[in-house]
Amino acid sequence: MNAVPLSSMTQVLPEIVLAIGGMALLMFGAYRDRVDNAVCVLSVLLLAAAGVTVTIIPNGNVFGTSFILDDYARFLKILAYLGSAFAIVMSLNYQTLEKQRTFEYPILILLSTVGMGMLISAGDLIALYLGLELMSLALYVVAASNRDSLQSTEAGLKYFVLGALSSGMLLYGCSLIYGFTGNVSFNGIAKASSQGGLGLIFGLVFLFAGFCFKVSAVPFHMWTPDVYEGAPTPVTAFFAAAPKIAAMAIFARATISAFPGITHQWQQIVVFVSIASMALGAFAAIGQTNIKRLMAYSSIGHMGFALVGLAAGTPEGVQGVLVYMSIYLAMTVGTFAVILSMRRSEGMVEKISDLSGLSRSNPGLAFFLALLLFSLAGIPPLAGFFAKYYVFLGAMKAGLYGLAVIGVLASVVGAYYYLLIVKIMYFDEPAKDFNPVPGELKAVLGVAGLFNLLYFVYPAPLIGAAGIAAKSLF
Amino acid sequence: MILPALFFYLFAGVCVASAFMVIAAKNPVHSVLYLILAFVNASGLFVLMGAEFLAMILIVVYVGAVAVLFLFVVMMLDVDFAELRQGVLQYLPVGVLVGVVFLAELLLVAGAWVIAPGMPQAISAPTPSTMTNTEALGRVLYTQYVYYFQAAGLVLLVAMIGAIVLTLRHNPKAKRQNISDQVARTKETAMEVVQVKSGQGI
Repeated sequence: MNAVPLSSMTQVLPEIVLAIGGMALLMFGAYRDRVDNAVCVLSVLLLAAAGVTVTIIPNGNVFGTSFILDDYARFLKILAYLGSAFAIVMSLNYQTLEKQRTFEYPILILLSTVGMGMLISAGDLIALYLGLELMSLALYVVAASNRDSLQSTEAGLKYFVLGALSSGMLLYGCSLIYGFTGNVSFNGIAKASSQGGLGLIFGLVFLFAGFCFKVSAVPFHMWTPDVYEGAPTPVTAFFAAAPKIAAMAIFARATISAFPGITHQWQQIVVFVSIASMALGAFAAIGQTNIKRLMAYSSIGHMGFALVGLAAGTPEGVQGVLVYMSIYLAMTVGTFAVILSMRRSEGMVEKISDLSGLSRSNPGLAFFLALLLFSLAGIPPLAGFFAKYYVFLGAMKAGLYGLAVIGVLASVVGAYYYLLIVKIMYFDEPAKDFNPVPGELKAVLGVAGLFNLLYFVYPAPLIGAAGIAAKSLF
Repeated sequence: MILPALFFYLFAGVCVASAFMVIAAKNPVHSVLYLILAFVNASGLFVLMGAEFLAMILIVVYVGAVAVLFLFVVMMLDVDFAELRQGVLQYLPVGVLVGVVFLAELLLVAGAWVIAPGMPQAISAPTPSTMTNTEALGRVLYTQYVYYFQAAGLVLLVAMIGAIVLTLRHNPKAKRQNISDQVARTKETAMEVVQVKSGQGI
């Protein structure tokens, strides 16, 4: 392969827009006297521009097969851009009030989003690793961004050390896979993997360990509660959405496109991880008193449900994963908008008991939070129910009845702690009032809440797009 | 070809011995110096394999930057490493035992491993004989692998931004030198001639 002509690089345009835009904003922010919302607003506009670009450019591969733009990548990139944009919008008010405003925060999110795009489009192991590192390195920094708080620095350090460990495992897996197949590209590995072999499976296990760490699936979930609790709340909102989508995207792409020859082997791992995550998410969340910690366990559980779809290993299953991640994005973003609204005059509060009697002090907020919690629990006719429905349907069609049954049972257990919060909000004595909710959080909450409420009226576009995206992977 | 073999055993032997001394030395500064010795010998091994670029990079990056950084940290932080590592070697027999068991298991498993048929050819695609190792790397780095190269650049950019975000503190009270103001001073603005009457101060 020779040098790549510039004209053939249209498929990378969204990443180029974000990377160059991010660097320009870095200059803009550094040479500006005041620190205000301008960089944040421009970052959101850049994300919107990248989102528009990714919808209009044609499919294709660039740099050999290092960078793949297909319907699958397009669907997930739009989701990741949405998650990042919501995270920046939700941080506006928080950073002003907590006096933590630094112009680098949205820029780090932008660069992290470039990494997510590269990760979603990765077609070989080297591109995969570079995308993953670019995404994670920015995450470690923003986790510690409140550097005067012991909790935040601890969260950043913990995430960094464990993240480095998981990168090491992933790289070891990659080197084994390369060693036994002689290929780094997913297509090449797929050709060589049809013969199987113990060495390849050995590498696959380490590769999966790295992926599981990034999507915070059991048994590589230990960092999640501490990091979610310690990081500043807007950062937690970001962690829970966009990086999870990108990591799940590469998990599914690498599994489906590189290891079709040893489906039976990786299926066992994914089934185990999925069951363990669902169970831990359901049971460990029950005793939590901090709502950010609770959301951490909830996200572990939700990743378990999404992996049910991947375990099926069929187009229906992957379609289920994509629908699940879209609806998960809406639910998480909405819930974190409420958590960011939990502010009294003395500062942010994050205890679940602080929500007591919210239905009387702020009925609108209580209604939306209850709606989102019902959706997270998977109660029809809210969107969360359909998310679970599609992954379980995929698993059933692939013959994984046991997995589907365990999933339903885990979601019943999980419903307990979601409903407990609803009970605290509606039937307990009111605690002190919260400060008025800022406008942008109201807007995010409204969009997310209405999506969850009205999804069942017109589900066809999302299902259709997810179906097309899933087919392009096979 | 007995000479390369001799050098291989020399480099490898010193490398392993100095790696052991890194964990066995009492004084942390000695540990770092042994680490440097291990790096230098590893780069010697690279030269034997014909990978002279990697050998030089190992010296420049690991010896020149990383090891010197270690030395700084060891000397500047008042950490009592000797106390921290007290009794490290008392677990050596157990460690050796675990290592031997693991090695035996790996050997048993490796007997059943299959290497893909294309692999030997992939390894033995060496540098074209007409150019040096470094030149061959340079030829592909900016063409075939430009995507990876740029991505690695972005990763480094994020690392730099992160280091600055997490450590730089603006101190408004700090008195800083303003070079342009200093250079712009003239005799008129800098000096004042005062007539002092005798017997009086200013």
